[in-house]
Amino acid sequence: MTTENYVSELRWTLSDIATIARRNILTLVRIPTSLVFAIIQPIMFVLLFRYVFSGSINIPAGTYVNYLIPGILVQTTIFGAVGTAIGLAEDLQRGLIERFRALPMARSAVLAGRTISDVLRNIMIVVVITGVGFAVGFRPHGGFFPYIEACLLMLLFAYCLSWGFAFIGLAAPNSETAQAMTFPLIFPLTFASSIFVAINNMPGWLQVFARNQPVSQAANAVRALMLGYPVGNSVWVTLLWAAGALILLAPLATRRYRQAA
Amino acid sequence: MTDFAVECDNIVRTFRVGEVRALDGVSLRVPKGQVFGLLGPNGSGKTTMVRILSTILKPNSGTAKVMGFDVVKDAESVRKTIGMAGQYATVDENLTGFENIVMIGRLTHLTKKVARRRANELLEQFGLTDAGNRSVKTYSGGMRRRLDLGASLVSQPPLLFLDEPTTGLDPQSRQDLWGVIEQLIEGGTTVLLTTQYLEEADRLASQLVVLDHGKIIAEGTPPELKAQLGTTVLALTFESLEDAQKGGDIVKSLSDKPIHTEGSTVELTVDSGPATAAEAIRRIDAATIKLKGLALREPSLDDVFLSLTGHTTEVGDVNLAASTSQVSKG
Ligand SMILES: Nc1ncnc2c1ncn2[C@@H]1O[C@H](COP(=O)(O)OP(=O)(O)OP(=O)(O)O)[C@@H](O)[C@H]1O
Ligand SMILES: [Mg+2]
Repeated sequence: MTTENYVSELRWTLSDIATIARRNILTLVRIPTSLVFAIIQPIMFVLLFRYVFSGSINIPAGTYVNYLIPGILVQTTIFGAVGTAIGLAEDLQRGLIERFRALPMARSAVLAGRTISDVLRNIMIVVVITGVGFAVGFRPHGGFFPYIEACLLMLLFAYCLSWGFAFIGLAAPNSETAQAMTFPLIFPLTFASSIFVAINNMPGWLQVFARNQPVSQAANAVRALMLGYPVGNSVWVTLLWAAGALILLAPLATRRYRQAA
Repeated sequence: MTDFAVECDNIVRTFRVGEVRALDGVSLRVPKGQVFGLLGPNGSGKTTMVRILSTILKPNSGTAKVMGFDVVKDAESVRKTIGMAGQYATVDENLTGFENIVMIGRLTHLTKKVARRRANELLEQFGLTDAGNRSVKTYSGGMRRRLDLGASLVSQPPLLFLDEPTTGLDPQSRQDLWGVIEQLIEGGTTVLLTTQYLEEADRLASQLVVLDHGKIIAEGTPPELKAQLGTTVLALTFESLEDAQKGGDIVKSLSDKPIHTEGSTVELTVDSGPATAAEAIRRIDAATIKLKGLALREPSLDDVFLSLTGHTTEVGDVNLAASTSQVSKG
């Protein structure tokens, strides 16, 4: 193949990804209920932990609301990946993916377009939850740029994980099952972590898991950046986890996509 | 370049680890510039064939070339030359009709401008201009079908696969869709169409193959197949099963095709309906058997199957033996 061919192929691949992502965003805008609930849920978590549980949760330093909001943001972006699984399962169920497979479009575009449109959705949610956080007393002192850095880090982390959820969406027989299949993964990862509570207060055996699992690393990194604490190596460890997830999960999902019918 | 739009040899495709042989050695030659019909009952392998030819599914063995390109080795080139409308209209519910066609156009690598122009043309051609900016959710089944067909034509492909395009449509929509397909052929498009309806195959297709359990059991032009079959079905209903038995024996020799008994009704496939009916009444009368009803009708797909295989389309494998025993050669 000539260079010119490569350039044109790359151009069309990007165009295909954009077409699919655009179509997903349109769907999101047309049926705003799914977006509304994707936003209401983390708001509930904010209110619940800020006002109901905060008195009984001990954290090492600072106010609980400052501890909580960075954690909720990380949790919310990971929950967003459930939407990736549901969206793909629905497309599969409705036969759209089958139709796409008979088109000369790039093989990677359906998955890339889906995961990218889900990042855009996550950005919207992050903005809203940041606003809600400020309204309930969240006062980060890390500065503007570290805050943006923290947001980019958690969006990237969630993006890499979402390839695993894409795999689940393609493996599930329907969208309800896809959703149910994500829970046993998502609950231990987000709750047995440093998102809501300090790991020191957990039973010893759980601490081993909670301390070393990727979501805690991401929550620690995001929290340190936002609040202006020393980040240690948490940012690097999070990036490594993200890269590892992408390298492992993206080919897995892509292979599944080729097989799915 | 070959003169065939589709050439395939000995295609085998199984499902559930070989338990179901959806296609069991199918070979096809589809000439360019005409409608080629794939006729068969539920589960005969029509959709599987279309999915293999449109590169969605790979065959277990055998080779298939579409417009000269191998469907496995050169799938990319195949996808660039075909249009495909699946058995169930697969359009995106949440987009408008216009957006659906533009999306397929863009994914077929048309420029934005061309995709939009084609979308407007196709909406008009399929009578969807007024509905074009409405969400597909509000469309009727027939409208979805037309939209799906329209979207598959967006890049003006020289070869079109249509999987049961009129199943589930009312008679008027079916007529309309037939008209559209006829226009396409006039424009030089090759169409491979699957159907369960003999009438549809007869009206549209220049050549036909009949599939049953993943095998081709007959092929030819519609007139050839009908000649093989006879043109009219004569149905005689008797007062009792016993009479039907006797009556069947008496009229058997009026047809050289197998006769079919179901309950107290005996069916014969014949070439000249009225004359044979008159003769049948004479004979039955002479034998003093009571006739309850008599009907002449066009042969259906069931009759094709009966005549070709000795079993009707609904007959499952379990009942096959029982049913075959009721069929006897005249
Ligand atoms: N994905 C699949 N998994 C398992 N079995 C399958 C699959 N696809 C088709 N089959 C089986 O293969 C056989 C042929 O199916 P196919 O869909 O090709 O038939 P068809 O002629 O299109 O029928 P219909 O008129 O009902 O659409 C059937 O027995 C069907 O159950
Ligand atoms: Mg079918």
